[in-house]
Amino acid sequence: MADPKTASPAPAAAQTPAISFSNVSKRYPGGYEALTAVSFDVAPGELVFISGHSGAGKSTLLKLVPAIERASAGTVLVNGQNVSAMKRGAIPYLRRNLGLIFQDQKLLNDRSAFDNVLLPLQLSGSAPAEAARRARAALDKVGLLAREKAIPITLSGGEQQRLCIARAIVNRPGVLLADEPTASLDAEYAAEIMAMFKSFHDVGVTVLIATHDRALIEQHRAQGARVLHLDHGRLAAEGVGA
Amino acid sequence: MRAWFHQHVQSFRTTWVRLAQSPLSSALNVLVIGVALALPLGAYALLINMQRIAGPLAAAPEMSVFMAADAAPADIAAVATALKAAPAAAKSRFVPRDQALAELKKAEGMGDILASLQSNPLPDAYVIELAGKDPLAAEALGRDLAKLPKVAHVQLDSAFIRRLDALLGLARIAVFVLASLLSVGLVAVTFNTIRLQILTLRDEIEVSKLIGATNAFIRRPFFYLGILQGGLGGVTALAILALAGWLMNVEIARLAATYGSDFHLQSLRWGDAASFLVFAAGLGWTGAYLSVSKHLWQIEPR
Repeated sequence: MADPKTASPAPAAAQTPAISFSNVSKRYPGGYEALTAVSFDVAPGELVFISGHSGAGKSTLLKLVPAIERASAGTVLVNGQNVSAMKRGAIPYLRRNLGLIFQDQKLLNDRSAFDNVLLPLQLSGSAPAEAARRARAALDKVGLLAREKAIPITLSGGEQQRLCIARAIVNRPGVLLADEPTASLDAEYAAEIMAMFKSFHDVGVTVLIATHDRALIEQHRAQGARVLHLDHGRLAAEGVGA
Repeated sequence: MRAWFHQHVQSFRTTWVRLAQSPLSSALNVLVIGVALALPLGAYALLINMQRIAGPLAAAPEMSVFMAADAAPADIAAVATALKAAPAAAKSRFVPRDQALAELKKAEGMGDILASLQSNPLPDAYVIELAGKDPLAAEALGRDLAKLPKVAHVQLDSAFIRRLDALLGLARIAVFVLASLLSVGLVAVTFNTIRLQILTLRDEIEVSKLIGATNAFIRRPFFYLGILQGGLGGVTALAILALAGWLMNVEIARLAATYGSDFHLQSLRWGDAASFLVFAAGLGWTGAYLSVSKHLWQIEPR
């Protein structure tokens, strides 16, 4: 199944790309093709936006990285590992190195904000004291330390999004994936969230953000961020600012 | 290794928290399992006590040879000679009719009846301890002895023993069938409990999978829950049994006293109780395992 040409690392780059798609297509059961022959590389530490209308395939593209969905054709590499051919048993360890921020946030409302952030550390078996310390550090970074005992549903939309970010970064992942992180937020909160992503990017984290917010994209394109534009499942144009 | 340890501690805590979140239904589940287990366990305990009564009887099969009332000393001596020659007879004891009457008079309530008799109605007798447990050899010996002159009756006690043994065998099978059926019931109860748990915890399972939980991590608390529920059910069953045994022993002691016996029901041995608990926990684990294999894969994040 793996194409030897696409499986080999890009010859020009000295570093292995953090994320590499080659000729990736995704067809859902029923025949709907969400992505068609998408190819791109994301270098380690890069900040990349994925733009496009809703239904253009942005969410599908992001779901292929942590193997929530599997590509129908083509190869998805994460840090040189072939995700599309990965065994089921290896997927949890792949996901622990990725910080995922979901469109619907997926916070658990049967426990406190603190326990939500603690969960990734518990399932990787961190020592309790160390885990608690790191969970507080993550909450502090997103400015929610004062609300650690709150149940997520009692938090505002912006706070919930920040909590989701805290959970994504508590494992100190090398790659952050965010699906419409500012969709339901007003401009002020959105700017706050974007500044947060920018700060992670500044310390060397690879950040991939899917959004349909044109203004947001134009603003960051001006600052040198790369934008991948999806149109009906095809990669239309690559705008490299820098 | 440390990570593994922390994960297990974490899983165990999760299990307790989930149990404690619905204390009433957890307690009812444990009670249902306890009652279901107490039935076959109680039957088993009764069976063991029956065997305790039957054991000494079955261990030494006896044969009695009763002489005719008009047997001459020579006839009695002939039987003694025949017994010495027979390998099937290990030991024999001659009970003269006068001694038999004296022994019977000692028995409670018999003195008055016997005193009213004009003559001794009892015959001379031999009580023979058989060498082996082979019923065929015993029957052959009985036939030979019956042919001797003035032998009125040969009583082989092993017929009764064999009936008792067959009855105990029947009871054993009944206990086994009951235990099997109720074990299946326990597995089914656990299966369903875990299924409901999985449905309730759908969100948590999905999110955990999304952020890198292994299947083993997600399964573990459910296995613990099955084991814990089965084990606590087992403890409940033992408690029910101990209570029932204690209540019955009060009455049994009164009954036994009228027979001049100090017989009482014995509870299970520690080893039996321990293996029973392991068995109950194992059944819980089985139910959890089946349920988890059936239901967990259906929850895949999308």
